[in-house]
Amino acid sequence: MVTASRREARAGWLFLLPWVVGFLAFTAGPMLFSLWLSTTRYDMLKPPEHIGLDNYREALTDDRVATALWNTLFFTALHVPAQVVVALGLAALLRRAGRAAGFFRTVVYLPVMTPPVALAAMFLLLLNGQNGAINALLGWFGFTGPNWTTDPVWIKPGLVLMSLWTAGSTAVLYLAALTRVPAERYEAARLDGASPWRQFWHVTLPGISGTIYFTAVVNTIASLQVFTEAYTMFFGARGKESAEGDAALFYVIHLFREAFESLRMGYASALAWGLFVVIAVVTAVQVRLSRRYVHYEGERS
Amino acid sequence: MRVLVVVAVVLLVVTGCGGLGAEPAANALVTMGFGQPDEHATARVAVFRAANPDVDVRINEGAFDEQQFLSAVAAGDPPDLVYAERRKLGSYAARGAVLSLADCVREHHVDLGQFRAAALRQVTHRGEVHGLPDFSVVRLLIVNNPVVRAAGLDPAALSTTDWTALAEATDRLAVLDGNRPRRIGFDPKVPEYLPLWAKANGVDLVRGDEVHLDDPAVVEAVRFTTDLVRRQGGWASFKAFRDTFDQFGADNAYVTGRLAAMPMDSWYLNTLAANSPDVDVTVAPFTDRAGTPITESSGQAWAIPKGARHPDLACRFLTTMTNADTWVLAATARRDALARAGKPYGGTFTANRVADERIFREVFAPGGNRVLARAVPQVLALQDKAFVVEPSPAASELVRAWEGGVNRVLTGRQPPDEAMAQAQREAERALDRVGGR
Repeated sequence: MVTASRREARAGWLFLLPWVVGFLAFTAGPMLFSLWLSTTRYDMLKPPEHIGLDNYREALTDDRVATALWNTLFFTALHVPAQVVVALGLAALLRRAGRAAGFFRTVVYLPVMTPPVALAAMFLLLLNGQNGAINALLGWFGFTGPNWTTDPVWIKPGLVLMSLWTAGSTAVLYLAALTRVPAERYEAARLDGASPWRQFWHVTLPGISGTIYFTAVVNTIASLQVFTEAYTMFFGARGKESAEGDAALFYVIHLFREAFESLRMGYASALAWGLFVVIAVVTAVQVRLSRRYVHYEGERS
Repeated sequence: MRVLVVVAVVLLVVTGCGGLGAEPAANALVTMGFGQPDEHATARVAVFRAANPDVDVRINEGAFDEQQFLSAVAAGDPPDLVYAERRKLGSYAARGAVLSLADCVREHHVDLGQFRAAALRQVTHRGEVHGLPDFSVVRLLIVNNPVVRAAGLDPAALSTTDWTALAEATDRLAVLDGNRPRRIGFDPKVPEYLPLWAKANGVDLVRGDEVHLDDPAVVEAVRFTTDLVRRQGGWASFKAFRDTFDQFGADNAYVTGRLAAMPMDSWYLNTLAANSPDVDVTVAPFTDRAGTPITESSGQAWAIPKGARHPDLACRFLTTMTNADTWVLAATARRDALARAGKPYGGTFTANRVADERIFREVFAPGGNRVLARAVPQVLALQDKAFVVEPSPAASELVRAWEGGVNRVLTGRQPPDEAMAQAQREAERALDRVGGR
């Protein structure tokens, strides 16, 4: 019996081996290397020079780090709730789509397939303050739209608006979760005279809270690392200074520019570890909150 | 047996990755950052291939990618040749990432005197040339004649000499709907053209190993240019309006009348000539405040990265590509290709003076295009009046510092003196960090 179990364990490890080797070689290894690099001055052209914790000290006093971190947290605080709400709305509509559900699922998901660079180029046109389609739409309702892409105040809201383009991926997950909420709970709620809003609040939301929690964590981590769209729109291939001031300077953009424009690999590594800590802290807070607000099937409530 | 399987799996994973970067053949010459969009590239590469049939030239198509290049250099696997902006290569030379071409130039009897001085200055580090300049771009004024005349002004009189007069002309030429521009009167092109405005006001932003971003004359140039933008609706509206221009189309801002005048890179004249040959523009030099024509030079250069496998072959390649005879052949091929498409040939502006002289004497075929007829003499006359921002190991950070400073003024976050003082501090920190002084 023991022998068979050990044999199975070995087989298990053997199957895991490619992943373990890959993880050690391509994730853990580079992470440790970057941790060491963060204590050096390294421009990729000369050998690294050990400088202790100087890079971390500099990061703590670097105005641009503070600006980039603020921009990133601000974007995340707007993006994640907006993504959840829009995706939930889309999923609710999809649920009612009846026979055409398959078609609409595909339509809702299709934008997710757009390459980020193409998305950025397209939204530069759509969001243009002078003759963009979004302001034209607002104009029909009597609003004068802002300069989304050139006014520092409106750049981050504009990027949040653009990020909703990919809400389809989250909506599909919510749709799957919605279909798993037992119909008898709604029936019971209706018999008790619950309004649609109360049904949503007391049946639907607890029923899909696990999925909402998952998407909130994943979207938070992704938005704390936002890069491609903002870099393409506001910094571009020439590596120029963004013409909109620092409004679109997100943390990873600052990190990337320190690494590949200023050739400060050591400092950029320290910034990367800083972001790792920020993400870990934010995720820890989310885990803590989840104990209170997230319900799983089979759990006592 | 199990141990064998484990070893095999590990080897497969590890060697699978190692197999991606195969060792190039002994006669292979790999380039980075150079594409072949037209005859200027293909004809010159063909000249090298014809003279060196045993060399396997591998053109790694695509624009220069700094990340890709530096990673390759750091990994000890650089290309044999790199083609990039001279400003960038000057910075790499100062950091030791590209080789000195002193021996190469000597062995191939290259006459460096043939190259435009400003272009050569950008790739010279400690007296040694580290790259051979390729194309040459200068900056000049392009004025929209009908728009300026309609405002009761003389297009020939519009200049950057008298800043007070320029501000007044801008007010007359600009059309605003509230704070939304309907026509830009004069686009100063800041922050990109700050070096030109600063030079016009008597200051080089970088001199030797010193930066002068907080010089009162620079602050005055920043104040003047950002004020021009403020008068035309403010930065957010001004830029949003400018972003709507179809710069490369037949309905560009000169044709639609949405722009009266701006300084611009000389390559744009060929774009205008090709896409809107009937557009009525005046092409004039950018002048300093004493009325003397000045211009900033830019363009690309060829260099050999540190650690290149075939530096001798690379040297042969870059001397061939920038040679006057090769340029004339390429220009001829370009002219003939355009003629087959029924288009005029506006000449090729290279950093090789001898090549330019021959091209504009023997090959140039403007075909009656009036944009070219007005523009080409101006561009040629300006080539040897050009200045460059001196090369620095912290070039990218210096540009970032002064562009950031101007942007803070444009977006109303700081007054000019405060913004440029901060830019000066950032630039000095960057220079200290890279040991640039």
